[in-house]
Amino acid sequence: MLLLALVLLAAGWELYKLVAPDDGVRLGESLILPRSDDASMPHLARIAEVFGEQEVAGVEGGGTVLASVLAAVWYSLRLAAAGFAVGVAVGFLLALAMQRLRVLERALLPYVVLSQTVPLIALAPLVYGWSGNLSLFGLDWQPWMSVSVIAAYLAFFPVAIGALRGLSSPPPVQTELLAACAASWSQTLVRLRLPASVGYVIPALKLAAASAIVGAIVAEISIGLSGGIGRLIISYAQQATGDPARIYAPILGAAAMGVVAVGLVALLGLALRRYQFQEAA
Amino acid sequence: MSAPRPPAVALEGVGKRFGTGATAVDALTRIDLTVAAGEFVALIGPSGCGKSTLLRIVGDLIAPTDGAVRVNGKSARQARLDQDYGIAFQSAGLLEWRTVQGNVELPLALHGLGRAKRRAQARELLELVGLGDFGAHRPSQLSGGMQQRVAIARALARRPALLLMDEPFGALDEMTRERMQSELIRICAETSAAVVFVTHSIPEAVFLSQRVVVMSPRPGRITQVVDVPLGARDEDTREADQFYATITDVREALRGRAREASP
Amino acid sequence: MRTGAVWSGRVFIGLWPPLLFGVAFLALWEAFVLLRDIEPFVLPKPSAIFEQVRLNFDPILEATRSTGTNALVGLALGLVAGLMAALLASRLRPLEELLTPLSAAAAAIPIVALTPILNTMFSSTSSTPRRLIVLVYVFFPIFVNTLKGLRQIDPVHAELMRSYAASPWTVTRIVRLPRALPFFFTGLKIASAGAVIAAIVSEYFGGLQQGLGPAITSAAAASAYPRAWAIVCAAIALGLAFYLVAVLAERLAMPWQRPQGETT
Repeated sequence: MLLLALVLLAAGWELYKLVAPDDGVRLGESLILPRSDDASMPHLARIAEVFGEQEVAGVEGGGTVLASVLAAVWYSLRLAAAGFAVGVAVGFLLALAMQRLRVLERALLPYVVLSQTVPLIALAPLVYGWSGNLSLFGLDWQPWMSVSVIAAYLAFFPVAIGALRGLSSPPPVQTELLAACAASWSQTLVRLRLPASVGYVIPALKLAAASAIVGAIVAEISIGLSGGIGRLIISYAQQATGDPARIYAPILGAAAMGVVAVGLVALLGLALRRYQFQEAA
Repeated sequence: MSAPRPPAVALEGVGKRFGTGATAVDALTRIDLTVAAGEFVALIGPSGCGKSTLLRIVGDLIAPTDGAVRVNGKSARQARLDQDYGIAFQSAGLLEWRTVQGNVELPLALHGLGRAKRRAQARELLELVGLGDFGAHRPSQLSGGMQQRVAIARALARRPALLLMDEPFGALDEMTRERMQSELIRICAETSAAVVFVTHSIPEAVFLSQRVVVMSPRPGRITQVVDVPLGARDEDTREADQFYATITDVREALRGRAREASP
Repeated sequence: MRTGAVWSGRVFIGLWPPLLFGVAFLALWEAFVLLRDIEPFVLPKPSAIFEQVRLNFDPILEATRSTGTNALVGLALGLVAGLMAALLASRLRPLEELLTPLSAAAAAIPIVALTPILNTMFSSTSSTPRRLIVLVYVFFPIFVNTLKGLRQIDPVHAELMRSYAASPWTVTRIVRLPRALPFFFTGLKIASAGAVIAAIVSEYFGGLQQGLGPAITSAAAASAYPRAWAIVCAAIALGLAFYLVAVLAERLAMPWQRPQGETT
């Protein structure tokens, strides 16, 4: 069905180009429907073509657009993954701590919940200042670390909340059973709470993966880190007047990145499906 | 002089089969039963005997595979469209976003009664079930027994000729259950509605009804109808010798057929 | 009413640990920066940030208004679109089957990356691309959650409605819509916070220089870090405001219910 939906969208795109005026539809002063000329909305065939073009025209051995996009995707993906790993680890540990100590939960949880509602990504440009000027544990702060920090930051919050909710999910009937068997907190953790939390952690991980990707891309743009997909999007956008279709290439690459990341988590969910009793979107 | 009322329920040769071929299940076969106007009849039997299915057939919530169903002299479907019956289930099924009063008004609102009339009737009904002061409360604020009373008030909203009740007290504790049974007797006396009451409990069936219809499963059928020779019911009835004797009769009827049926 | 008093009492007691933590956190931050003599480009003092808020109040307010308007317009439009789509999809199976996998895909891809495309499609001097991004961002949580709610119906209520010979529209009106409200508000809470986030992030992808995003970037580029942090605080306040309005709407619309917990 996804395929059908995509096909319909593609058909809609071309149909709109056919039907709508080149200059778009205006309401008063502003455009409410986009321009449909080839510069603003390239034909889908043209977009596909772009991938095969040389990145820098006329330079031999320069590599295709496709190659550049793939390289950039690989670069950003690794940064996002590093951030994701750190964020998930910290988030999970915090959730464990909050489950163990109720006072910690009461003090921190409101902030964690509220942080999901605020645009933390606004902090991205601020981390710019760290690169080149900061030294931590004898290691010079690399620019790419800023990107991973932002990704980690964004991945941390949904995981902390989801893991806490999952660890706290077993009903009293089950926790009392384990208490009656004189199980320690760690035994209860391994045998009851961890398996019970899978159903909550997997959707949280999906959200964290998507957030880490967005965070990495935006951070790269704010910091101006070259090599990643964020920078590629901006530089192609600046070249847009020359070749308007080219901007679609890195954007599709970014979309693919997101799908791959969430897909990997979904695979993990599949492997752990024995523990999942609830289907969360 | 008023014309005699038609029987509340008249079932002739009613049957219900679920599925087809080798895996078909005969939930009900050859059901013949007549419930007179104003009569209280209990349906009792073990799980799978089809009593709930039968109730739903009378209410036109399920269609029978065989036989004829007449409710209040009309087809079951017409009776439903004319709202000739009220129904109460095991779970009260109150809409939690409406007040108690709002819940009782629901059937009245659905069929176009004006606001002032609705309000007045709902208030009357709540008084009838003893919850006159609780109109503005929310269902979540009421106990299980009270919620069931609201459900009963709602079922009586259109002054139906027939009440269908599917184990309405099944989820309540024993003490509340006995209280609710007495309440129901009182309410029925005041409204003269016929009642078809499905239950698992033998004392409940005997206490409430004038006839106990004993059913058994595989295939679902009526095995015996036990008359309950108790007069007007009150608290002493539960201690009367005749009460215990009738309970024994019903138990024998249930057991005896069950013993015969199993190989 | 009794319930109201209990609720506010519990909130009062529950307020102490996070409040204490917040105050302690700010105090430690201030001390840490002072004692370790940390440069502002790493971490400014809370007091310095506060100072900057005071000094730059008007421009910050202006930027907030710009971003806030984009978020609001996108939220309103996305809300309407999402609701209508959910209502239609609950009645038309094919529509649901089409939109649901699309929603899953949309949750995975970085929607904000579409901003440059929209900038060329509309014009980089218009606010429309940002509002459209917000619309898309808002549409999916509203659609998915409201649809989930509309499809829920308690079997007892279904049988009751059948016994009343109620028409399908009546059943939707009396049972399905109220039943769907909690789910709708879950989606609204996610969407309202997401609207601000989407509005800000889309500002990083070029286009107009109005709004909180560009303001933060230019302050950071000018090494005016306390000011940059001050603008970030405004962004956080904006996000909170949107979220709290959604929470308030939920409490008002559903007085019969204790508010549900957050769902990611």
